Amino acid sequence: MTHFESELAALKQKLLLMASHAESAVNNAIKALVDRDDDLARKVAEDDDKIDHLEQEVDAACITLLAKAPLATQLRLITSAMKIARDLERVGDEATTIARRSLELSQEPQLKAYVDIPRMATMAMEMLNDALGAFVNGDTARARAVIPRDKDVDQLNKQLYRELASFMIEKPTTITRCLHLMTISKALERIADHAKNVAEDVVFLYEARDIRHLGATAA
Amino acid sequence: MAAITLPANPVDLVTPPGVLSAAPLIEAKNVELFYGSSRALKGIDITIKEKLVTAFIGPSGCGKSTFLRCFNRMNDLIDNVRITGQCLIGGEDIYAKDVDVIELRKRVGMVFQRSNPFPKSIYDNIAYGLRLHGTKDKSAIDGVVESSLRGAALWDEVKDRLHSSALGLSGGQQQRLCIARAIAIRPEIILMDEPASALDPLATVKIEELILELKKEFTIVIVTHNMQQATRISDYTAFFYIGELIEYDLTTKIFTNPAKKQTEDYVTGRFG
Repeated sequence: MTHFESELAALKQKLLLMASHAESAVNNAIKALVDRDDDLARKVAEDDDKIDHLEQEVDAACITLLAKAPLATQLRLITSAMKIARDLERVGDEATTIARRSLELSQEPQLKAYVDIPRMATMAMEMLNDALGAFVNGDTARARAVIPRDKDVDQLNKQLYRELASFMIEKPTTITRCLHLMTISKALERIADHAKNVAEDVVFLYEARDIRHLGATAA
Repeated sequence: MAAITLPANPVDLVTPPGVLSAAPLIEAKNVELFYGSSRALKGIDITIKEKLVTAFIGPSGCGKSTFLRCFNRMNDLIDNVRITGQCLIGGEDIYAKDVDVIELRKRVGMVFQRSNPFPKSIYDNIAYGLRLHGTKDKSAIDGVVESSLRGAALWDEVKDRLHSSALGLSGGQQQRLCIARAIAIRPEIILMDEPASALDPLATVKIEELILELKKEFTIVIVTHNMQQATRISDYTAFFYIGELIEYDLTTKIFTNPAKKQTEDYVTGRFG
């Protein structure tokens, strides 16, 4: 391995570290919501700070690496790394949003049993894990398989919206709580979008094909 | 919860702490060099840190090679050259009257653009300097020949033909042999004047990798015309233009956010 290759390997490691903080942030945020655990909700911000810091590190490293005139795969790795870092940073932000809303929700009685939200979180995080696994192993089939799953999360989000809308119509005192839950649902839906973005970047990285905005069939 | 303090400058995020904290080894103070009445170096001040790679870049004729050669007094060999100012290595003025130039060149080795092995065997190329400096013990010489060739990443390619002529090696191998020859006498500093410019890309990669290994033990100052080479191997970069040191900073800074427009124009290929 040349020195340059080891710098690229370190860049990949940094992205994985970001991903692990992002995963822990989302998992903690959802657990805080379900368990009504305010301390845990507050911890989410710590992970988010680390993710933000790592994003800056990744970007700075990428700019330096770009100045070294990388070619072909290396060039795509560096540009993809910058995009993946941004997506992971957004995942951290979404986790922070979920944690903030959990803190609000824990002030009031629980509106309903949380079933769909943890399910959406699991689906979104599995998508993100698969996209990152594909990134590490150069497995574009796995990356491509992530993309259509975004629709499932979208579907659950819409379903939850409808359910919460009916709650609000029936009982206006639930509106505040419903709006918090809608925000959380939307945050999870966005996390799935970011996972999809990462998957698309992985395909670009290893196949040099831009599969964004083609629709599910063409991808 | 305490917020993480972020460094103000993105370059700080990618600069290994060892680079910033490295101790100074070479210092030039107001160095001027004249070829006859023509002033080739204009009041150069620079501090070069130990066990790092420092690159000198700039267009042809900017004085970077001339300046490099000040550090082992190679310019003494040219008639009509006059140097003013101070060149210090480890705090000692290398132009002081009592300095033994042979000893200085032992401390400060040099590798040139064109590989210049002696017309002798591979073994003798390395043993030559040792014998010159008084080492007689065959087993000691054997040991240094091997460690130097290993240090120059050449051992595996030549270990079975140590007594063949060095001139039978490829250009890249010859250049690595010259590096092995330079490190055999354990200098503190290795000056490299475009060491890879006559080599093909693969041989260049080997030399660059070698330089990155060598900096663990030696302080390296390299003149290069290849911008990417400077970004790949050096920690600090000095940009020279018509005998002046225009900008000297961390390589990441010089190539991603130089302070001077002239530097940016040069590193992005707008002139030179």
